[in-house]
Amino acid sequence: MFSTSPAFKENAHKAIADVGLQKALTRTKPHFQGRRAKAVEGLPEFERLRDIGRDIKNHTLANLDFYLETWAGNVERAGGQVHWCATADDARAAVLAICERVGAKTVTKGKSMISEELAINEHLEQHGITPVETDLGEYILQLRREPPSHIIAPAFHLNREDWEESFRRAHTDLAPDRVFRERRDILTEARAKLRARFLAADVGITGANFLIAETGSSVIVTNEGNGDLTQTLPRVHIVLASIEKMVPTLEDATNMLRLLARSATGQDFSVYTTFSTGVRREGDLDGPEEYHVILLDNGRSAMLGTEFQDMLRCIRCAACMNHCPVYGVVGGHAYGWVYPGPMGAVLTPTLIGVDQAGNLPNASTFCGKCESVCPVKIPLPKMMRHWREREFERHLTPSAVRTNLALWGFFARRPGLYRFATRIGAGVLGWLGRKRGRLSRLPFAGGWTAGRDLPTPEGKTFFARYASEQRRQRGAS
Amino acid sequence: MLQASPRVALFVTCLVDLHRPTVGFAAIRLLEQAGCQVEVPRAQTCCGQPAYNSGDREIARDLGRSILEAFGGYDYVVVPSGSCGGMLRHHLPTLFDDDPNLRARAEALAERTHELVSFLTDVMGLERVAGAASGSVTYHDSCSGLRELGVKAQPRRLLEGLGLTIKEMADPEVCCGFGGTFCVKYPEISTRMVADKTADITASGAETLLAGDLGCLLNMAGRLKREGSAVKVRHVAEVLAGMTGAVPPIGEAG
Repeated sequence: MFSTSPAFKENAHKAIADVGLQKALTRTKPHFQGRRAKAVEGLPEFERLRDIGRDIKNHTLANLDFYLETWAGNVERAGGQVHWCATADDARAAVLAICERVGAKTVTKGKSMISEELAINEHLEQHGITPVETDLGEYILQLRREPPSHIIAPAFHLNREDWEESFRRAHTDLAPDRVFRERRDILTEARAKLRARFLAADVGITGANFLIAETGSSVIVTNEGNGDLTQTLPRVHIVLASIEKMVPTLEDATNMLRLLARSATGQDFSVYTTFSTGVRREGDLDGPEEYHVILLDNGRSAMLGTEFQDMLRCIRCAACMNHCPVYGVVGGHAYGWVYPGPMGAVLTPTLIGVDQAGNLPNASTFCGKCESVCPVKIPLPKMMRHWREREFERHLTPSAVRTNLALWGFFARRPGLYRFATRIGAGVLGWLGRKRGRLSRLPFAGGWTAGRDLPTPEGKTFFARYASEQRRQRGAS
Repeated sequence: MLQASPRVALFVTCLVDLHRPTVGFAAIRLLEQAGCQVEVPRAQTCCGQPAYNSGDREIARDLGRSILEAFGGYDYVVVPSGSCGGMLRHHLPTLFDDDPNLRARAEALAERTHELVSFLTDVMGLERVAGAASGSVTYHDSCSGLRELGVKAQPRRLLEGLGLTIKEMADPEVCCGFGGTFCVKYPEISTRMVADKTADITASGAETLLAGDLGCLLNMAGRLKREGSAVKVRHVAEVLAGMTGAVPPIGEAG
């Protein structure tokens, strides 16, 4: 996918001025934060479950080679095929090769962030194959040719009027004066449109929420059931999964599932949870004739053993972005690539380079809310800071910032000189603000004063006053 | 065992030093009232967060080393800020991962370091502070104090003990958008965040906004004053120490 991450600031500027987006973002609190809080409240062992989730993932990552091989062996024993793909190019080629070999014309797709990472729709279209998104949110984004703005609610940036407008524009065979009375009417229309596409599809592509080593299974969760139709109706099922989706056992997967829906949507469990193991066996009522897993690395194995390894615990629940005050202001598109919010701020620099995505880990107040709601306790602020360190080491930090830091560091390391400088600074600012106690404008502080006043200092520094008080007390005694 | 009169070093913080010395004096008064002997080591400037959070570990380590020198010999180190307190308590040791000696010293310091209000209640066992006050306040839970140090109920308990009414704002735990250098690196986002915050503050109907971190307070006061709000903004220590007469509210002239 093409990245606009370097333009984060401009993206954010547009997002803040976008009335429709701002309206959509007001749903974050009731829709995500409130529901998660309620779900967590209803499960007394939730905090302990977070530790269990973290430990399962840590154990898996520490033994990832073993679990990947075990899993791959079990996939093959069940009649499936694993395509080991080091890069996004490898993965695109592998998907296309399967589709071309079976003569696919239409490919249905369940929601998958890996497919966004691969920009697989564009790739298939370039080769004459029609991809059809079947998740409702992804479906409308395909109609509008927009990328997702959220990892579990891809069309979160849209309002109901956008839906109606897009449906009228796309579904020209239906009565133009039809009325959408409620959300269900939109759903019904999409369902009718998609039903024919499900039946016509030659290949179904889904993502995977988890891969299970002991059985060779892949797991998806959906609320619409579209994933099941995508993967059971066509002859060929392709799973797109990255290496960190692995968990050792079915029991581990169950623990992770207990965390996932609660953290994501505040449901106890998603409406559909589907385990897929290999191809249709004799006597099975349904299932594909071919089962392929495109196993993507794309830079992830290079995170193992580094300060970013913990990021590979992520189960893509979106709790971090749902609770992030920065995401809440700018929305997902501003981040400029596939993964927005705090998890994106850590993952994106790994996948497209910190030179491209350096703004993302900087655009955080380190308020720590993300880490406090992460179901697998990923220290997201800490890793954003590590990215800032890498930037600094590689001299990617803007030169004005470096100069200011160096100047400040020079004084801060010399307390005597620092006292002298702060005494002057506090005095001058205090004098400037003597009438109102604040300034509305100050040279070089336009960033601060554009939207707020600058309260001015009392005038004397603490250390100046403290020294004179000490002298006075000594004189008095 | 808690010593009868522990020796406490005050870590003033660079913002209190530069901007609002009264908070430092309020901290000294509160600590002395609680029975501490307070000293203010001279060789202190800043906890190092501006460098640490900008990826410059070298400056952060240098400042960290001088903090270890200046604050090594006390029973406790007390900070009138959750943010700087969090830096000393949780982050300073990680700067010395490659030096076991400094790391051990930093960990020892971290264990003795506390944010001011939680030190008074949780370590000194204070149930209430001297004096009385009236009126309504709303309390913003600054992020580091809340999430790194668990400061939440302590200031509210002491404020209510003074006779103040707490009118909670809609979401006191959401970040105000200050974020250190964030507020000048991403001013537009920061301004939107603080505008959301001040809307909640105004809706609370409280006369005064309090918090335990000067950075957040300057941000929120700056926005409230720009909006023409009459809400008064103060550091919690000024109110607890009964020193509101010593200095006008933040962003207002005397």
